[in-house]
Amino acid sequence: MAIMGEPGTKELLSLDELQATANAHSGRKHVLSILVENKAGVLTRIAGLFARRGFNIDTLTVGPTEDEQYSRITLTFDGAMHSVDQVTKQLHKLINVLKIRDLEPAETVARELALFKVAVEGAQRAEVMQISEIFRGKVVDVTRRSIIVEITGTTDKIEAFERMVRPFGLIEMMRTGEIAISRGRGET
Amino acid sequence: MRAVDAIMECLKAEGVEVVFGLPGGANLPTYDAFVDGGIRHVLVRHEAGGGHAAEGYAKATGKVGVAFATSGPGATNVVTPIVDAMMDSVPTVFITGQVRTDLIGTDGFQETDTLGITMPVVKHSFQIRSPLEIPRAIHEAFHIARTGRPGPVVVDIPVDLSRAEIAYGPVSDLHLPGYQPTTDGNTKQIRQAAKAMASAKRPVIYAGGGVVNANASQELTDFATSDRFPVTCTLMGLGAFPAPHPQWLGMLGMHGTRTANYAMDEADLICCIGARFDDRITGKLSEFAPHAKFIHIDIDPAEISKTIPAHIPIVGDCKNVLTKLITEYRALELVDQSRTDEWWQKIRAWQDKHPLRYEDSADGEIKPQYMVQALYEATGGDAIVTSDVGQHQMWAAQHYHFSRPRRWINSGGLGTMGFGLPAALGAQVGCPDETVVCIAGDGSIQMNIQELATCAEDKIPVKVFIMNNGYLGMVRQWQELFWEKRYSHVDMGSYPDFVKLAEAYGATGMRLTDKATLVDDMKAALATEGPVVVDVRVTREENTYPMIAPGQAAREMVG
Repeated sequence: MAIMGEPGTKELLSLDELQATANAHSGRKHVLSILVENKAGVLTRIAGLFARRGFNIDTLTVGPTEDEQYSRITLTFDGAMHSVDQVTKQLHKLINVLKIRDLEPAETVARELALFKVAVEGAQRAEVMQISEIFRGKVVDVTRRSIIVEITGTTDKIEAFERMVRPFGLIEMMRTGEIAISRGRGET
Repeated sequence: MRAVDAIMECLKAEGVEVVFGLPGGANLPTYDAFVDGGIRHVLVRHEAGGGHAAEGYAKATGKVGVAFATSGPGATNVVTPIVDAMMDSVPTVFITGQVRTDLIGTDGFQETDTLGITMPVVKHSFQIRSPLEIPRAIHEAFHIARTGRPGPVVVDIPVDLSRAEIAYGPVSDLHLPGYQPTTDGNTKQIRQAAKAMASAKRPVIYAGGGVVNANASQELTDFATSDRFPVTCTLMGLGAFPAPHPQWLGMLGMHGTRTANYAMDEADLICCIGARFDDRITGKLSEFAPHAKFIHIDIDPAEISKTIPAHIPIVGDCKNVLTKLITEYRALELVDQSRTDEWWQKIRAWQDKHPLRYEDSADGEIKPQYMVQALYEATGGDAIVTSDVGQHQMWAAQHYHFSRPRRWINSGGLGTMGFGLPAALGAQVGCPDETVVCIAGDGSIQMNIQELATCAEDKIPVKVFIMNNGYLGMVRQWQELFWEKRYSHVDMGSYPDFVKLAEAYGATGMRLTDKATLVDDMKAALATEGPVVVDVRVTREENTYPMIAPGQAAREMVG
């Protein structure tokens, strides 16, 4: 529906029809892909900004890109706690930040790597190995009383695997945090 | 050439006329370059004074202010001015010395992680790792400091690198791929804003320091007078609109006029230009301007919808946006100027009923408000006025009417006591032909009083008027109003003797206690050559009113 007094028309506006560009909370998880200059201190600036503004980071990964001048930071946070709009605007103020994309889940391939050290004895080992197979995991270390499984996938998949093996006795779990890339030919 | 000589060349290429600073071990080579560098250096007595002087210079002239400090304590001493410049968007470059590279990280003598300490409070910072980086870093620092939303930039240079020989050629290409401030403003949004303003029955223009930074005062006035838009300014924006003026409502916020605050409270459309809905403006956020829609114009996109959701957001330089907005507004055909008649009746009624007022003394006692009025009269309303922070600052903002921008220089966002004197020093260096006056409190002045020596040595003729009530007055006021008058550590007693102190520093000292001769005495002080300190004894327990009590809404103003 066109509101009264659109820019192209002569008539004036009705103030009542104006909608605020809310700084609202989306309520979902956001994955930001941030292209930054590969310079000392950039990660500190980003982490510091989150701390100072009271934004909570869920996961954060940093790595090189196809161009050695730049690094890519993939960062996830809870959109129920913070406005994605405010987070991205504040990040953009950092001079070393070139590009930020709030990745749409449907148009994104996101992956995380996790290592699970599970306490297993006897028949339990076979059971855990079977579960790993279902999750297309890889057994990377075995001892008499433990097994280490490597799982790659979406956060959901990794969390599902965690739920499956926790009852066996989860000694340790390590996760990298997500990296994400946009689908299709276009750049992330 | 030596890297330090290249620094001088870079500064000259950036148009730097003066540097405020203090040498130390880690910037000895840089100071050696000053000897033949061809740049004026003002030796301050404390690095904080140098930082605030750079701010005062920048605010008065619109140019980038530059301060130098050595490593360690030198660098930590400029942290306060850096934060101050960040909060008030003051274009400044701070060049700090650092211990030599092989000592970094070893807790060397006078080593501190300057970049780490300042990181949360700078617009940007550069850690020099190779002498070859120095010229580019300095040029990029100036570019970042003065463009977009201005702010402080730190360049930290290890002493060994500053001594290196480098081939210096002028740097013309900056490489800042992540820094592209939006300056133009979206045309559609601007047209929409013009239409909204033309439709509003109870509009208010709320302008801030961004208008001053963008040198957009004329455009602000032209826009406001394209119709009969009422105008209020923040503490940082005073002077952006020529007070007094028929459309001027006075300052808004905690100690603003009732008219300005009531107008915000009842407005149907607020056009915020270069301001940021600070808590000292909004009072209780949930009850701020409950009937209003908001147009928000700012160069910093992060300020838009930060606390108050904007209905028409416009990112851009205030001058560019206002120029377009004026054109769009004047091109509108269906504007009915009489639509604001009722609004103006209401505003005039508030103005009649609630002018700024105070009870004057019956005898010769000097009321602090009267002191500001007397100074306004004595200076012909045309001085550059700096202030410290507290009651005197609010009274100065209320009672000295600023008709031009860059005449009112104070610390708003950070509220830094001790800002006024060094800022006046810097402003005077930048504007040698102007009268520069510092209105200080007896508490604040002592936080950077050492800069009187700088003024005396360098013949910087600032006139300091101390509003002396023997209290940390604003804190006393809050203890009186909100802590049942349980005064805790606010009585400053009767020392120092500011007249003797002034004389010891090589300035002229005067003490004024009589209302009857105050204006003439002030004129005499202003006519005295060189720096002057005037100790004005005012009513001890006077409160700054009106006031929006903390956590209250504008309509609940008291006093």
